[in-house]
Amino acid sequence: MTSEQFTDSTVTAMVEAAIAAVKASADTTVLERLRVQYLGKNGLVTAQLKRIGQLPGAERRAFGQVVNRAKEVIQAGIERRLEWLTAQQLDQQLLEDSVDISLPGRTMPPGTLHPITRTLRRIETIFSRLGFQVADGPEIEDEYHNFEALNIPRHHPARAMHDTFYVAKNVLLRTHTSPVQIRYMHSHEPPLYIIAPGKVYRCDSDVTHTPMFHQIEGLVVDRDISFADLKGVLVYFLREFFEQNDLKVKFRPSYFPFTEPSAEVDMGCVFCYGEGCRVCGHTGWIEILGCGMVHPEVFRHAHVDHGKYTGYAFGMGVERLTMLRYGVGDLRLFFENDLDFLSQFK
Amino acid sequence: MLISKVWLNEWVNSHLDAERLGERLTSVGLELAAIEAAGPVLSKKIITGRIERVEPHPRADRLQVCRVYVGRKRLLQIVCGARNVAPGLAVVVALIGTKLPGGLLINKTRIREVVSSGMLCSAAELGLEDKSSGIMVLDLGTPVGQYIGDVLRLDDQILDVELTPNRGDCLSMAGVAREVSAFSGVKMIAPTTAPVPAKVQDKPGILLQAGSSCPRYVGRIIKGIDMAARTPVWMLERLRRSGVRPVSAIVDVTNYVMLELGQPMHAFDSNLLSGDIVVRLAEQDEVLELLNGSQVVLDRDVLVIANNNHAVAMAGIMGGQSTAISDATSNIMLEAAFFAPEVIAGKARRYGLQTDSSFRFERGVDFELPVKAMQRATRLIMEITGGQPGPLVEAVNRNELPVRPTVSLRRRKLQRVLGCELPDDQVHRYLQRLGLRVRKTPSGWRVIAPSCRFDITCEEDLIEEVARSYGYERIAVNPPKGGGYPKNISETVQYPGRIYDLMMDLGFQEVITYSFVDAEMQHRLDPEQAAIELANPIAANMRVMRTNLWPGLLSTMLNNLNRQHTRIRLFETGRCFRPPQHSALADESVRLAAVACGTLLPKHWNQEAQPLDFFDIKGNVESLLALTGNSELFEFVAVRHAALHPGRSAQIRCSGQSVGYLGQLHPVLQQWLDISEPVYLFELDMVSITTATVPVYQSFSRFPETRRDLAIVVSADVLASRVLNIARASAGPLLKKLELFDDYRGKNIPKNKKSLAFGLTLQHSSRTLTDAEVEDVVQSVMTALGQQLGAVLR
Repeated sequence: MTSEQFTDSTVTAMVEAAIAAVKASADTTVLERLRVQYLGKNGLVTAQLKRIGQLPGAERRAFGQVVNRAKEVIQAGIERRLEWLTAQQLDQQLLEDSVDISLPGRTMPPGTLHPITRTLRRIETIFSRLGFQVADGPEIEDEYHNFEALNIPRHHPARAMHDTFYVAKNVLLRTHTSPVQIRYMHSHEPPLYIIAPGKVYRCDSDVTHTPMFHQIEGLVVDRDISFADLKGVLVYFLREFFEQNDLKVKFRPSYFPFTEPSAEVDMGCVFCYGEGCRVCGHTGWIEILGCGMVHPEVFRHAHVDHGKYTGYAFGMGVERLTMLRYGVGDLRLFFENDLDFLSQFK
Repeated sequence: MLISKVWLNEWVNSHLDAERLGERLTSVGLELAAIEAAGPVLSKKIITGRIERVEPHPRADRLQVCRVYVGRKRLLQIVCGARNVAPGLAVVVALIGTKLPGGLLINKTRIREVVSSGMLCSAAELGLEDKSSGIMVLDLGTPVGQYIGDVLRLDDQILDVELTPNRGDCLSMAGVAREVSAFSGVKMIAPTTAPVPAKVQDKPGILLQAGSSCPRYVGRIIKGIDMAARTPVWMLERLRRSGVRPVSAIVDVTNYVMLELGQPMHAFDSNLLSGDIVVRLAEQDEVLELLNGSQVVLDRDVLVIANNNHAVAMAGIMGGQSTAISDATSNIMLEAAFFAPEVIAGKARRYGLQTDSSFRFERGVDFELPVKAMQRATRLIMEITGGQPGPLVEAVNRNELPVRPTVSLRRRKLQRVLGCELPDDQVHRYLQRLGLRVRKTPSGWRVIAPSCRFDITCEEDLIEEVARSYGYERIAVNPPKGGGYPKNISETVQYPGRIYDLMMDLGFQEVITYSFVDAEMQHRLDPEQAAIELANPIAANMRVMRTNLWPGLLSTMLNNLNRQHTRIRLFETGRCFRPPQHSALADESVRLAAVACGTLLPKHWNQEAQPLDFFDIKGNVESLLALTGNSELFEFVAVRHAALHPGRSAQIRCSGQSVGYLGQLHPVLQQWLDISEPVYLFELDMVSITTATVPVYQSFSRFPETRRDLAIVVSADVLASRVLNIARASAGPLLKKLELFDDYRGKNIPKNKKSLAFGLTLQHSSRTLTDAEVEDVVQSVMTALGQQLGAVLR
């Protein structure tokens, strides 16, 4: 905005009029006309210069400067306006090429991970950060690794709980991920900090059982590993996994042939926060995993010096963790692989 | 196991309510599953009465008119249809105005012109049984006019406790009471098991011929049993609350003693026995007809009770029909024995005969219990059925009885395993309260477990006993401790997530399918490969272990097509299985496979949706191979695969080894699967793409590139890859990039010929190329193509 005062009131009035006209000009043609009107050979600014002759000699120089300054101001005004008008014009042109930005883009829509894989990844991330390695083992196992070495002799009542798929005599589909414990201890020296995720199989199929499901096994063998360490890791894990820092976790005695002492772990219901709801059977608690201190018989089979080392192991159902984490109500959905189900896990 | 709280309180009264008691049991390892009421809340107008007179209904053959005394000089006339009404019986009467648990309201009515003022109730009508035959009959002498809820003690609660297989010792009221006593410190009161003197001299001869399988067998004859005697109501109620069906007074007593003390027992009709009872292993194929009417053919490892050269019972599992007690029985021989867990375990399952008895024996029954149980049962039988007991006969092989090992518990070890320190006297007390014999040693304790505890054999077992007495909850929660420093983080190994991420970004949805698949489908999709069969598949279409991932993926595709999805892109990773060649059990390999059908991209508003073709799926494979940083190790070779379109299939090779296949599903299979459009698919050995490369920097030229495009005509059967290989080899070191950009057949090209166009990008490392140099390269490429393929410039 030019509010420049010129010592001569006529010049001031001329500049003000010129600037106002420039600002009001709607297009470059009008602007060009104004340029000629003011700055042209016979323009108004030139006409002012002609007044010099009528002035006393001492004022002439100063007046010349005033008119030149007025010319500069008008010129600058015209240039600015021209720039603006040109930009406006281009903008108008470009707007004619507008697209409907609400229309969808063109892309290969990305797929998603199966929710079980998603959970496995999350579990692996949590344990890797603690320094656990991920181990692996065959899914077709022998009775030795699946049962005997885990202190489950033939005819042990615990075997009846594992409805086992057999492939041949002594050859079976592993019923849990625990055989990886034995294989890993055979091939590695302590200290051992591992998790072993994978598929397991049991000959059982109903609303709450599928003949194949996933487990994550954990095994730690080191000097002076105690039950308090086991509690520490599992409490940490569950709180991380469910993102609930005050999640209640309860350990109670249980029985697994390959751990002693053994424990079942319950956690506060992640849906009702312990108030009692359908998911937790109105108890406020959810059974989530089994664990315990590695049984000396297992160490004996695995050739680990059990005077020198102690250890713990745990096992958890990945489907169960996934159902609780994402609120999935039906186990069978995981293996129906309906795209309407799977695509929800973005 | 179902535990009546009133019954348990008789043994040990912890003064805890059912919920709190359940919590405490859970905290010591006897997990409470549920608490239920012992019965419905009954109207106070349901009371005891006595039938004084029974007369036939004048107008109905099946009805009778009873006069029932209900106390306070009230004699009610009640019409009843049950057959078991008789004068003198103590019965349950619903008075006028009562509402029964089933909702029935009792009104004063006329039944065929005879007034009926109330109802005689059956157990079912009281909500105590599902089905009853006849009205409920109470013990003789039950006072009349009493509220039935008080008489039956229906204010009881039932704790349903889930026992782990190691705690066979808790499969009885005595066992649970031991635990309650241990954690509450309240002394346990057991019913008397003092000897019952013999009144007759009859006694069985017992021969133990099975060594440690049966080192103790106690028998006793009781003569003059009244088989018509009724089991008292209190016992029937306890059996019912424990989930055991009543049979007859004798069987009810044996069941009761089993529930009470934990000792399974059996009663033979002693008139049907002759000579000695022999405990031995079965002869091969020995036949035995069981109580349940079935006939079993025994193996040589089954323990039997034999008499007169015949098996008369499967020891610890089920008695035989030929010596079973019946209404005609007057003399019985009771059995209480110790059968070793090892000899019973597995047998019941093998013969499909899981019984309360076998369930206990295979978990371990106290080997010092048979005599006590026999005394208890004798007493109860005499009370209920009358009879005269003979002397108790105990056959025992002391050398073969289980040995309770002395187990040491070291203070240091206890502390090391639990991660906390417990005062000595506390540990001592915990062990003692559990009934263990404890002796202090300088380093800790020496402990002998009682004969009922088969689960205490090593130091860790004692640590568990201490830990659960102390309370798992009180053990510290240490800060999480991990392995410290991860090892072997190598850039030469692909982070497995990267492959999944790429597959997702290529638009594939991950699925997880069963590892067992339909045998025919597997065969059609991989006919050259034998599949491992399951001995006991869960369903006919899940009979073989997959040899590749295509059956599961295609089935999933089909399911989703049927659910009206049209554009489907799926991938799966997982193990595939082959009969063992390289290993003992099975050859397992982790594979990655994908299937796709429909258009490449979803329908778009301004673009024609392109149907998928071979090169889309090949491009996906190439993207995967590129992850290795070593694409040049891989090649695609036109090889047939039974599941693939013969002209659109390729084997993927890495350094000459086959690592997978890709192509279009064979149209015949596509039709067999009832899929209406082409399906493209691939499978790769995961291991072939899990390697990665550590990049090595190489200096690069900043001088201008020159490009020359060549279009040549060659025979139509020449593979493009061959042309490119020759061009690459003949272009020499100036070649920077070689790019095929056209494959043309048709107009202006002779039949059986095709035109291929490709661009050569040339660059020198240290200067600008001259035209002559460029022409030289083009010339040598053309010469080589001409000589080797007869190519000419188009």
